[in-house]
Amino acid sequence: MTLALFLQHLANALSLGSLYALIAIGYTMVYGILRLINFAHGDVFMLGAYLAFYAVATFLLPWWAAFLLAILVTALFGVVLERVAYRPLRDSPRISVMISAIGASFLIENVGIVVFGGRPKGVQVPDVMNVRLGLGGVSVMSVSVVIPVLTFAVLAILLWVVHRTKTGMAMRAVSTDLDAARLQAIDVNRIISFTFGAGSLLAAVGGIMWSYKYPQLNPLMGTMPGLKCFIAAVIGGIGSIWGAVLGGFLLGGIELLTLAFLPTLTGYRDAFAFVLLIVVLLVKPSGLLGGRHVEKV
Amino acid sequence: MRSFGLVLGAVALVSLGACQKKSSAPTTVKIGVFEPMTGANAAGGAMEVEGIKLANEMFPTVKVGDKELKIELVISDNKSDKVEAANAAQRLVDQDKVAAVLGSWGSSLSMAAGPIVKDKKVPAVALSATNPLVTKGNEYYFRVCFIDPFQGTVMANYAFKELKAKKAVIIREVSNDYSVGLARFFSDSFKKLTGDEGAILSELNYNTNDQDFTAQLTTAKSMNPDVIFAPGNYTESALLIKQARELGITAPFLGGDTWETPEFMDVGKQAVEGAVFSTFFATEVPITETSKTFLDAYRKQYNKEPAAVTALGFDGYLVVRAAIEKAGSLDGPKVRDALAATQRFPGAAGHITFDQNRDATKSAVIKVVKGGKFTYLTTVQP
Repeated sequence: MTLALFLQHLANALSLGSLYALIAIGYTMVYGILRLINFAHGDVFMLGAYLAFYAVATFLLPWWAAFLLAILVTALFGVVLERVAYRPLRDSPRISVMISAIGASFLIENVGIVVFGGRPKGVQVPDVMNVRLGLGGVSVMSVSVVIPVLTFAVLAILLWVVHRTKTGMAMRAVSTDLDAARLQAIDVNRIISFTFGAGSLLAAVGGIMWSYKYPQLNPLMGTMPGLKCFIAAVIGGIGSIWGAVLGGFLLGGIELLTLAFLPTLTGYRDAFAFVLLIVVLLVKPSGLLGGRHVEKV
Repeated sequence: MRSFGLVLGAVALVSLGACQKKSSAPTTVKIGVFEPMTGANAAGGAMEVEGIKLANEMFPTVKVGDKELKIELVISDNKSDKVEAANAAQRLVDQDKVAAVLGSWGSSLSMAAGPIVKDKKVPAVALSATNPLVTKGNEYYFRVCFIDPFQGTVMANYAFKELKAKKAVIIREVSNDYSVGLARFFSDSFKKLTGDEGAILSELNYNTNDQDFTAQLTTAKSMNPDVIFAPGNYTESALLIKQARELGITAPFLGGDTWETPEFMDVGKQAVEGAVFSTFFATEVPITETSKTFLDAYRKQYNKEPAAVTALGFDGYLVVRAAIEKAGSLDGPKVRDALAATQRFPGAAGHITFDQNRDATKSAVIKVVKGGKFTYLTTVQP
């Protein structure tokens, strides 16, 4: 394998990994605050991508306006989803909330099939995302450069919010002990709504970036990325924002580099992610950067 | 609450009884439409259903003995999934008690229904499923299209004679029997034509629903092939070709009949320009009188050009209808025998005669994507 070829494989891996990382951050954030694995995250991701598509295709908005509109509407949707499907179950056993999340996931997927149709749609990728950049023998699209930048920007903003603002302090308090936080006059409902809104906004950003990189939409498009990014979050240590980023890059890297060096194993591609999950859970159940306590779900 | 449940149960029982009484004197014939309406293959299923529905609107009845029966289409979504496909087929033969089954788009899905229709002796007609195994050893499965050994040879010939290609890379959708089969027939034929055992530089794989092909394509690029043969589902193929162009691969892409969907163009956009594939029928070259009837009716109703598989959907319906009429019965084995005896039936996509393997022998057309349209290149005789 020549150096240029290796660098191309590495560029592919970084580009996919940063996308995984971007989506995994949303998963990990909701889990970090609520100890809830939001299985509908992948479907919120799908919704964001479709909203941006229709804003451009039907309402003829420029792509950046469509992008902003779609992420805001999706954030609002996340808040409503929490209010309807999760809040009434907050005092029930955790398994009930998880089952409710699975139900919400199937509901969104199937309503999606009815509303958007089962046939895939092609996305018009904005010109600035669709420029081919070549350096030596390595060739990447501009969207693959935008995504890692966006991932690290989101990471920085999120770390700032969680560690430097009052809302962030309240989030950490809710995460540590919900009842004690309430006794400190923290509006727990507002904080949880905020968390869900932010998590869904991140899912929408991920969904739209995904649709710019792989310009095809279908109502079940969130399932596999949702699972993979959940795995990325668990590998990194679910609840840890840095862990999600690390997990995303690791997963993308392992997936693509294994394919690059062992092309005969391509049929087992999705299995890599799950094998990695099992190994991490056996060796270090709290994930690479996770806290010490282990939560049973 | 409980008494309410009892009342509901009683109502259900009574209505069930009423239903059974009604069905003892049939006034309709049910034909099962076994197609993917959702999932990865939804676009293909939708195009075949368009053809079946059009035929049903034009020829809504069938004469069985001296009675004119109305044909009712029962559409069952196999969800582009092999397991769901078996369930959908079971539902059609057990619950809906259809007289015959049409479909499915996708050889793997049709193969999932194979044992079920064979077991219940319900004749089935595949429309565009080209893998030989769909009909092989299953005397109840027919098809109105050619099979992959022919299609693979056609594309290998095109690569060798028209493109003067000496070295090829194959990229297969490894979870799809259609793609794997077609790739093998192409490979055999291409090696024979070039007289070079090493003419296929590599066979790379991907899975249905994959979206990132950069690892495989980077490997393919390093081998510098003259041509890339990549039969597979339309969305995956369109994304694959797009990513290939983004990586700077300039070799032409060849594929099979599954590429002819609007989604292939919609997802691939400028990137799929120049992609060449074989298919069943071109609207530019009508073959029979039925072709003209079909084209006129389709254009009038949908105001666009039909895909090849839509014509096959139309043909499948007509062949089954003719067989039921000839058998004079809705009995599975009798309809099967009538189907098997079909000789030069004038369908929209050419004459249909089933050989001993219940496959139709037909010519193939080659199309190219040009200016955002599927354009007719040439016809290849078997």
